[in-house]
Amino acid sequence: MINATSVLLAQAATGDNDGAAVGGPDAVAITLQINGAARALRVEPRLTLAEVLRGPLDLIGTKIACNRGACSACTVWLDGSPICSCMMLAVDVGTRRVTTIEGLAQDDMLHPVQQAFIEHDAVQCGFCTPGMIMSCAALLERTPVPNAEDVRAAISGHLCRCGTYPHVVTATLAAAKARRE
Amino acid sequence: MARAPLRTETFPFGIANLGLGKVERQVPADEPPPLPPNAELSVIGQPALRHDGRAKVTGAVRFTTDISLPGMLYARVLRSPLPHARVRSIDTSVAARHPGVRAILPIASPADAPSTTVRYIGEPVAAIAAVSMAAAEEALRLIHVDYQSLPFVAEMDRARAQAAPLVYESTKEAPGGHPSGWPAAANLPLNGNVRGPSVSRRGDLTQGFADADVVVEGEYSTQVQTHCCLEPHAIVADWREDGLTVYMSTQYTTGVRHELAEEFGLPLNQVRVVVNAMGGGFGSKSSLGNYGRIAVDLSRRGQAPVHLVLDREEEQMDSGNRPGTWQRLRIGAKRDGALTAISLSSFGTAGVGLGAGVGFNAELLYACPNFSGAQHDVFINAGPGCAMRAPGNTPGAFGLEIAIDELAERLAIDPLALRNRIDPSAVRREERRIGAERIGWQRRHAPGADSGPIKRGLGVAQSIWMANVQLDSSCEVRVMRDGSVEVLSSVQDIGTGTGTVMAQTVAEVFGLRPEDITVRIGDTDFPAGPPSYGSRATASITPPARTAAWQVLQSLLREAALALNTAPEDLVARDGKILVRDDPNRGMRFAEAAARLRTDRISAVASRNDDYSGFLRRMGDAALAQHPLGGVQFAEVAVDTETGKVRVERVVAVQDCGRPINPRQIESQVHGGILMGLSYALFEDRILDQHTGRMVNPDLEHYKLVGASDAPAIDLVVLENYQGNSATDAYGIAEPANIATAPAIANAVYNAIGVRLRSLPMTPASILGALGRIPQRS
Repeated sequence: MINATSVLLAQAATGDNDGAAVGGPDAVAITLQINGAARALRVEPRLTLAEVLRGPLDLIGTKIACNRGACSACTVWLDGSPICSCMMLAVDVGTRRVTTIEGLAQDDMLHPVQQAFIEHDAVQCGFCTPGMIMSCAALLERTPVPNAEDVRAAISGHLCRCGTYPHVVTATLAAAKARRE
Repeated sequence: MARAPLRTETFPFGIANLGLGKVERQVPADEPPPLPPNAELSVIGQPALRHDGRAKVTGAVRFTTDISLPGMLYARVLRSPLPHARVRSIDTSVAARHPGVRAILPIASPADAPSTTVRYIGEPVAAIAAVSMAAAEEALRLIHVDYQSLPFVAEMDRARAQAAPLVYESTKEAPGGHPSGWPAAANLPLNGNVRGPSVSRRGDLTQGFADADVVVEGEYSTQVQTHCCLEPHAIVADWREDGLTVYMSTQYTTGVRHELAEEFGLPLNQVRVVVNAMGGGFGSKSSLGNYGRIAVDLSRRGQAPVHLVLDREEEQMDSGNRPGTWQRLRIGAKRDGALTAISLSSFGTAGVGLGAGVGFNAELLYACPNFSGAQHDVFINAGPGCAMRAPGNTPGAFGLEIAIDELAERLAIDPLALRNRIDPSAVRREERRIGAERIGWQRRHAPGADSGPIKRGLGVAQSIWMANVQLDSSCEVRVMRDGSVEVLSSVQDIGTGTGTVMAQTVAEVFGLRPEDITVRIGDTDFPAGPPSYGSRATASITPPARTAAWQVLQSLLREAALALNTAPEDLVARDGKILVRDDPNRGMRFAEAAARLRTDRISAVASRNDDYSGFLRRMGDAALAQHPLGGVQFAEVAVDTETGKVRVERVVAVQDCGRPINPRQIESQVHGGILMGLSYALFEDRILDQHTGRMVNPDLEHYKLVGASDAPAIDLVVLENYQGNSATDAYGIAEPANIATAPAIANAVYNAIGVRLRSLPMTPASILGALGRIPQRS
């Protein structure tokens, strides 16, 4: 269990609380920048970003499968970079922008990676899929013309028990191509 | 039982790329005419996109773990820290006063339970439901349990010894039912910790070995593998005065409903089981489970919905596993390869559970007049095993297919030529031919022939799996007055795309597109569907889906015929229209025909009939089709003899599943089977500490799973194998795709390095040990 002291220590260690008043163990007020909107809420300091997304914010597209950063199912973007949201306390997010799978599509337009995942059947049970898509979409931001090895490296921390890896690679390469055209 | 009237029909028969023949079958009068081969169809056999693809890629789809009901409580389970103990008392009085606690369930309490013995670390002892997960976890720590520690045994070989501590004191305490593995024998004797043997025999083994020119003998062992579903086992139980609703990540809504009704004394009409989407199961979510009972009981006690999701450590320790096995095979053969005798003896452990057999590969895969098999379960103090992707046959194939490779070498016959001699299956013969060509089998060199530190090799192995069918499989098809269509069944989609193949099947009948069909599944309010295990969902649910759609279409054609001044039998449904067959300029849109209906909707419910050629065997609602499923896989590996690292560079898989309905989804499933098999071959291992009985790698970091960078190039060919046996003639693929991978890799590793590994997983340490580069572990 994470207690208030360890939260404060974590805050001090990162030196990155952006002036937010963090206390505990009771709920504290924070404002998260989620998918382009400010969301003010009160959270217990012990809650991870993944728990807050899935709980009070009802953004259930972010999945928890191992809850210790080993499977990457909980991947979201923090200021555009993929992170495991189960490994970060919500109170540590500060003013950084959080993007979840729900924020990837623009209105009704799917992100090219999402579209390609459908077309190339890079989805089976779908539980690892949101995290996998977040990492592949981030790859295309960093490396617009990736090769298969780049995709495998981008998803090397992701576990999929259904065996979607080959189709994830095909889909992401196709998405990169579609994006250029 | 009165049999429905039959009519005679002529079906396509055989393997499509070898040229199709015909076969006559007697077909129930209320079933549709024969479905032509895929080449003549427009939707079946095409790579339709998943009906729920968009919901899955946007994160909108709600899994059981994502369900939240008003007033819902969160449950946590207190689990035994000891591998074997008697529970003297459980004191929950302090926990009960903890803020937020709403219900407490003592499970192993002498006051409340018949059994006060816990037999593995992680066995449930008590459970709490509270207003938050954190409150439940805090309260768990306030429960005081007084344990009397008992002697335990956590290793199979030690458990087999006469003086070993007993996991079960008597046969009465031990589980005695049908193990999930093969053979499924009940009421076997228990001696110490050893149950069995389950025996199977034919011919005269002694004579068979006397007739042999060559005998090979080997011992093979396989590790315990855990399922590692990404979605944990999860349930939200909602007990109310007017009935119980359970949202559960389950492979079998119908089965869980029956279990709940029996367990809690409820009539079936007051139990509803729902699974909207499920994040994998692989056998481990086949039944209600202890966690399911706990959640329902807590909901009853707490008078509120209860959410229970296992954490990853609980997943690893107490959600089932593929049992570890040890097997000894002796195979006798004539100089030309003809088998004269096969003897199999196996011991396996499913912890405190059953089902650690090694399947029926040795008994049934090859022609051999004399066979004897004796399979034993050994109890140890570890979490119970359960079915996992081709239970029995996956570990069994590891033994048999290596032994056949060893026999081929002894006989100086190519492994494929030997199989051509001893394998009676025409399907696998064609699969071997195609696979050998694709992998470039003629490049295969003598074992260990490569010079240099990195050595390459080729290997092959085969699979056999029964074509399972669930007869209690029903489906409803509705056409609404606006022309929209629904298909409904309680069958669930485990991730294989069951809903999509149902939509394709119905769309083919109506001449519509798969996306025109709304799929409603995973809810026992709909007609009872089959389980998603045993590779039987497609075989069981697509025939009734086609039959129901065909029956509804007949009603629709009657309405259209009136409007078109023709007879219903002169009409066809095609391209979104109802057309006059011989005059396609005459017709109407599908929706126009539907608009002529006199009622809001027309609908039909159909159920799975027997296979037209009958079954090999029938066990209650389940049955085995006449023709088993096969599959042949080839692996190409590179072994670094300095690091011991095996890299699987390429796998060629040639599989069969009757009529393939969705080649893209089949490819996805075969990828899953191969990658799970590769992971089994090289990485996965549940490690129990012998001194504490504790799993030392109960997570996803130290329990090693295959990752994207380990994935080989996969080349798949799926045969169309028509047997004229049902309205769709479709069978399963998930399990056959998993069986042959590990032995194919093992045989390739041997071909690469010239040293035989007979134990899984083939880690760098075991490779270096086999090469004599490091002292071998005892």
